[in-house]
Amino acid sequence: MASSHRISRRDFVKVVTATLSGIMGAALGIPIISYLIDPALNVQSSEAWIPLGPLEGFSIGSPKSFSFTRSNVNGWEKTVNSYGGFILRKSGGELLALSNRCTHLSCSVNWDEAKKWYACPCHDAQFDADGEVLAGPPPHALDQFETKVEEGNLFVHFPAVKAHEG
Amino acid sequence: MMKNIYAWLDERLGFDDMYKMLLDRPEPHGNWWNTLGSASLFLFIMQGVTGIFLTVYYTPSPDHAYDSIQYIMNGVAFGWLIRGMHHWGASLMVLVVFIHMLRTFFSASYKYPRELTWIVGSVLFLLTLGMGFTGYLLPFNQRAYWATVVATNIGGVVPGAGPFILRALRGGSDVSALTLSRFFSAHIWMLPAALAGLIGLHLYLIMRHGESAYPDKDD
Repeated sequence: MASSHRISRRDFVKVVTATLSGIMGAALGIPIISYLIDPALNVQSSEAWIPLGPLEGFSIGSPKSFSFTRSNVNGWEKTVNSYGGFILRKSGGELLALSNRCTHLSCSVNWDEAKKWYACPCHDAQFDADGEVLAGPPPHALDQFETKVEEGNLFVHFPAVKAHEG
Repeated sequence: MMKNIYAWLDERLGFDDMYKMLLDRPEPHGNWWNTLGSASLFLFIMQGVTGIFLTVYYTPSPDHAYDSIQYIMNGVAFGWLIRGMHHWGASLMVLVVFIHMLRTFFSASYKYPRELTWIVGSVLFLLTLGMGFTGYLLPFNQRAYWATVVATNIGGVVPGAGPFILRALRGGSDVSALTLSRFFSAHIWMLPAALAGLIGLHLYLIMRHGESAYPDKDD
């Protein structure tokens, strides 16, 4: 092809065929691949600040339980999960929001006011008021929710995080 | 490299023979009505491909069938396109197969030696209608449900065997979850398998006998 910019008829047909095939391939391929991978691209963030009402509602000194639900939508299926925990307002004004999910096998722990500990009904585990393990099989302390107070209302941050992290 | 691969495959598959058999056949003078068989084949393949993609999200259960289709239409990227192609392609396929059949009838192409091609083609037409019938229920909306109630009732008025046919079609006395799952099974496995096999036979017969030519002045 030293002579000029002219291309032969045969090459022209080849280029046109390849170009049209490419366009048609993309017109079919892009929708099909998008269709298949679409759910993988829609990552929903489950993080949120959960309002628990006025801070005055929580008495100082002993833990008070709270609960809320979060819904999860996957395609046409919606699942609603319940979560709960305890708010402990300490006399110094400090706030502690513990998850009620036992770190052993996720049973719900209950506050025992007489013994001043959280008891897990499944395997006899106990946690102290700060969530530390007193007895039983749990590998670590109860998870904690981050808290904030805005205009007198208490919020906890979902999801709960491992205590003493970082 | 590519040449070596081609030579290796050609030696074993025989591309030349395939080309001669499939594409280099003697054809009668062109007529657009003679392209409808290929159009039917194309539509069958398109319905197959879009149908396979629809099963990625569709769920054949009364609880989820409608919601899963709503999700395909509104939730998934290009779901509307895939389902739209399948929906309109279905109507088009019945139409094209029927006109193909009419063409064969009016050009008398069903005569010797092509009677078997015609018989197989008639079964293919019935199977195509069966695909339309079973596919119509799958969206499981009001129209789909009542259309299936009415259409299965038609089977129920056959003298003698009617009540049995009705229960066999519905998988019980009511249009239910069992009806939906057996229609789904028929729609994606049984009927397509029968269609694919008979299309193979139909195409073999066409290659064996060649296409029928219209008579010219000398005939």
